[in-house]
Amino acid sequence: MLISSDALSVRLGKRLILDNISMSVDRGEILTIIGPNGSGKSTLLRALIGAVPAALGRVHKASDLRIGYVPQTLHIDETLPMTVRRFMTLPSAFSKKQITTALDQAGVSALDNQQVMSLSGGQFQRVLLARALLGKPDLLLLDEATQGLDHRGSIGFYRQIEAVRQELNCAVIMVSHELHVVMRKSDRVICLNGHICCQGKPEVVSATPEYHALFGFEDDGETALYLHKEHHQYSHNVSSCNNSDLNKESHSHA
Amino acid sequence: MLEVLFDDFMVRAAFAGVGVALAAAPLGCFVVWRRMAYFGDATAHAAVLGVALSLTFSTPIFAGVLIVSLLMAALVTTLSGRGFAMDTLLGVMAHSSLAVGLVAVSFLSGVRIDLMAYLFGDILSVSVDDLMLIWSGAAIVFTLVVMRWSGLLLSTMNPDLAHASGYSPKREQFILTIALAIVVAVAIKVVGVLLIAAMLIIPAATARPLSKTPEAMAVIAAIIACSSSLAGLKASYLFDSPTGPTIVCAAAILFIISTTASKIVKAMGRPALKHS
Repeated sequence: MLISSDALSVRLGKRLILDNISMSVDRGEILTIIGPNGSGKSTLLRALIGAVPAALGRVHKASDLRIGYVPQTLHIDETLPMTVRRFMTLPSAFSKKQITTALDQAGVSALDNQQVMSLSGGQFQRVLLARALLGKPDLLLLDEATQGLDHRGSIGFYRQIEAVRQELNCAVIMVSHELHVVMRKSDRVICLNGHICCQGKPEVVSATPEYHALFGFEDDGETALYLHKEHHQYSHNVSSCNNSDLNKESHSHA
Repeated sequence: MLEVLFDDFMVRAAFAGVGVALAAAPLGCFVVWRRMAYFGDATAHAAVLGVALSLTFSTPIFAGVLIVSLLMAALVTTLSGRGFAMDTLLGVMAHSSLAVGLVAVSFLSGVRIDLMAYLFGDILSVSVDDLMLIWSGAAIVFTLVVMRWSGLLLSTMNPDLAHASGYSPKREQFILTIALAIVVAVAIKVVGVLLIAAMLIIPAATARPLSKTPEAMAVIAAIIACSSSLAGLKASYLFDSPTGPTIVCAAAILFIISTTASKIVKAMGRPALKHS
């Protein structure tokens, strides 16, 4: 076990963002967290790295755990000059060759001397990944890491994640909207909406009514109702996922 | 031999100016990057209250200023996370602390103090003891910033990235707060409370267009701050103008040159790019 949370609850202000989350991830495993906007996916990642405190429960980390973290957005103030190379070596130094190799692998060669601010969204996302990989992490945390990449770009991105997993034997926890692409590559999926709605192998999760309630038929009241009846052994979960006003926003299939 | 060297008030003034410049400029880069300009103002303005308290209780001015600046910085840091509109809050605190300090000084009827010296600095009257204090403070700030550079920089860019790499952004913020209070306490003699923020921000802002990396910006800011101090000192001697404000004027001129020059270079670069 590399990292786990034990009955973790997180509050931001007065709002309960995460409720009773117990999860863990092992070396070499790819875990995907899916859920609608505002379901606490990013907060869960931030709680795992210690950026937000636990209101209840706790996070266990293996000792000397090296974490590579790719945040959802990273705004760099225009007053801060920063070349790609300098950013790659923050906080630890790496040789020029290591940096060049890492950028090559991420598909953004020859950007070393450019200002980070001048990069496009997709380029910057790749640079962030390259930086996270330079430290040879035990655990890679990706928060909507394919933002700003086109379809081909994100396929290539996931291919690289798999290659990295093979090479470093690291664990990967990623948060994503792109259900179909992501889920195929995952060993395990957690469907999150403040609490864990359901979890398991991708094919198992995609067959659960909770998953459909969150992503499949939310615009269609009748279908949801039908599902509700049909699988009433799950009904408490379905309703708890549905009741949140947060999942009223539209979520199309990626 | 040192004593002979420091006999000349101009030499002492020059060393005082350079000492403050070396501490203020790299720290000022963080003030600019973190958009803390008003934070520097609030901390510096509170120093007048520190002066009043020191005179009341007959403690060294340095100690009083340091304590009040630290308290002010801690107060602002605490309030900042609680949903106040930061610029409004800091504006309120910067100016009311200055006003409270000025009123407090006016109550000190028994003591005759030269208020102008604290508001605008009195670099020409720096004693050898003052100089020791300035350089000790500057050395502490310089060491703090250099030793914690990576953590400070990463926390400034993105607190989550800092957490993931094992740094605590809160601790880094605390270190910046302490460093800022020390700079205020040592700079009050040189440029005075009203212009301390200028010594933090102007050299950093001047260095920005000339820099490609954060480290380059800090070094260039330090060079610019030292040059402004020496040029301002010289100019104030030539024109018989108040030294603190003259130093800030020198820095402002360098700022105008640097920003204008970089704009011109950029404008010239654009058509060239089109041709290629």
